Amino acid sequence: MARNHTESRNNCRFLIAIFEREADILAATAEVRRRGQTIADVYTPYPVHGLDKAMDLRPSRLPWVCFALGLAGASFKVWFEFWTSAVDWPINVGGKPWNSLPAFVPVTFEVMVLFAALSTVAAFLFGRRLLPGKRARLASPRVTDNEFALVIEQKDASFSLGEVSAWLREMGASQIEERVEREAF
Amino acid sequence: MASAVAISEGPLILGNKTPGIVTTDICSSLERTPAPSWWIAIAFSGSMLLLGLVAVAYQIATGIGTWGLNNTVGWAFDITNFVFWVGIGHAGTLISAVLFLFRQKWRTSVNRAAEAMTIFAVICAGLFPLIHMGRPWLAHWMAPYPNTRGSLWINFRSPLVWDFFAISTYFTISFVFWYVGLIPDMATLRDRLKAGWRKRVAGFFSLGWNGSFRTWLHYETVYLLLAGLATPLVLSVHTIVSWDFATSVIPGWHTTILPPYFVAGAIFSGMSMVLSLMLIARKTMRLEDYITTRHVGAMCKILIATGGMVAIAYLTEFVTALYSNNQYEQFAFMNRAMGPLCWSYWIMVGCNVLSPQLLWFKAVRSNMAVVFVVTIFINIGMWFERFVIIVTSLHRDYLPSNWTGYAPTWIEIATLVGSFGLFLTLFLLFCRFVPVIAMAEVKGVLSHGKKPH
Repeated sequence: MARNHTESRNNCRFLIAIFEREADILAATAEVRRRGQTIADVYTPYPVHGLDKAMDLRPSRLPWVCFALGLAGASFKVWFEFWTSAVDWPINVGGKPWNSLPAFVPVTFEVMVLFAALSTVAAFLFGRRLLPGKRARLASPRVTDNEFALVIEQKDASFSLGEVSAWLREMGASQIEERVEREAF
Repeated sequence: MASAVAISEGPLILGNKTPGIVTTDICSSLERTPAPSWWIAIAFSGSMLLLGLVAVAYQIATGIGTWGLNNTVGWAFDITNFVFWVGIGHAGTLISAVLFLFRQKWRTSVNRAAEAMTIFAVICAGLFPLIHMGRPWLAHWMAPYPNTRGSLWINFRSPLVWDFFAISTYFTISFVFWYVGLIPDMATLRDRLKAGWRKRVAGFFSLGWNGSFRTWLHYETVYLLLAGLATPLVLSVHTIVSWDFATSVIPGWHTTILPPYFVAGAIFSGMSMVLSLMLIARKTMRLEDYITTRHVGAMCKILIATGGMVAIAYLTEFVTALYSNNQYEQFAFMNRAMGPLCWSYWIMVGCNVLSPQLLWFKAVRSNMAVVFVVTIFINIGMWFERFVIIVTSLHRDYLPSNWTGYAPTWIEIATLVGSFGLFLTLFLLFCRFVPVIAMAEVKGVLSHGKKPH
């Protein structure tokens, strides 16, 4: 009995509805939110435009990572070029000033782009836990091919499987499945 | 809206495809055993590569005295090849980044292959300065790291150092951009393949991708940011390559027009290379529904535009020389058009200025064979453009007693052939093991299953 109790606390019940068309998944997602159910996630073979509004997702904050690290990279590089050329070992090259700031611009630009891009991608991969060799947990085996999966988390006791399934089918779901998992996919 | 209907050109992808058909079309060519034509092609490109390897081994062991260079012409074939290959890469970034920012949806059919081409072209380009160093095992001296020689730092005022940073950044960013675009398609491949080593490899590189829309949302932001960063990057790379020349005091090199002229030329040459390869891939891999005459037409129009810019640059150089009243400058350009190497100048003009004019005609743009021939001409012309800029400016400099000629040795020619071998071998392997068309992006532009607008 005690074991069952912990299980029910750790595990969540998910309802997975499979759709075949982009227009259906958009409509169904909006409808789920209108009816006050919790969307765990939606799985699509390509980025469906408008789904972020239907799911009410906030825009990504990755541009800030890009900006901050790009700025950091550029500042570091300007300092580094100044330090190597004018402080640590100044060398007279064609009588140019030690601190040849305009000549430092091209490399600074390249390093800024390098820092900004690599840090954005790294932040994205770590943030979304996309790691080499990680096993994919799929809502449906064809979700990377041609199916759209809407995953609803059954949060409260008033959740009626029959009723929800009925209107999901009405909205074009070709397949509905219930799954118990420790976490969303 | 009547006007919107009038400018609509019909579907991007022909044949009323559904997402499932796209997956099957693109993946099945990877799952079949390769056609005999693929084996013939890779045997051919592999032998070119082998010839190049022999030549490179020989010139590194013996020294770059095996080249046809002399005291006056200190840069010739190798730098020509370097600039040529870097330029080829630029079209890939144009298609993947610049056209993405301009919301050109037709790019989805060609961006994967064009980006792959960028990576392979930059690899080929990087080889030439590496070999030119003479002692390539000391190439790491280009990097600023604390060393036992002082620390003696690199000279950040030198355009050659700028170039090292530009090319290495360009390669890194192009590779990352390409790989990020590939992650969803690797997942498609993983979920489609039967258990085996290919499924394991696809699984490893797909990073556990499961199509979550929360991930897609961040993914699209990353893609947009990378496109925004790659766009100024691609302009900076060929600008910096042109500074290798423009910051010197050689007549014909020391001009402010060089950066825009080089960037336009790079996109021009790269687009013609993309088109050459895509026309072959389209035919041999039966991708006619994905790369349609509309795609080819759009790329032809880019060729006309960039070819026009290049033609204006050729003309401007002459006008600037005339207007400068500087006799060295004037001589350099007269020497290009009428000197001992004038044949290379007129090959350049014929291929780059005259041949793309054919593309103004719709009948020409929709005839794939003619387009293919024109792109080959442009490839040849753009190689000669770099040869003209580099060799004709050097071989007759300020002092007539220094004047000399230049002819490549067979070692230099074999190295050029080898770089083509490397490029084509990598491209053929890419066609065999990686989805040549960005499936996830193409699925997004299909009209199937969408609400009619």
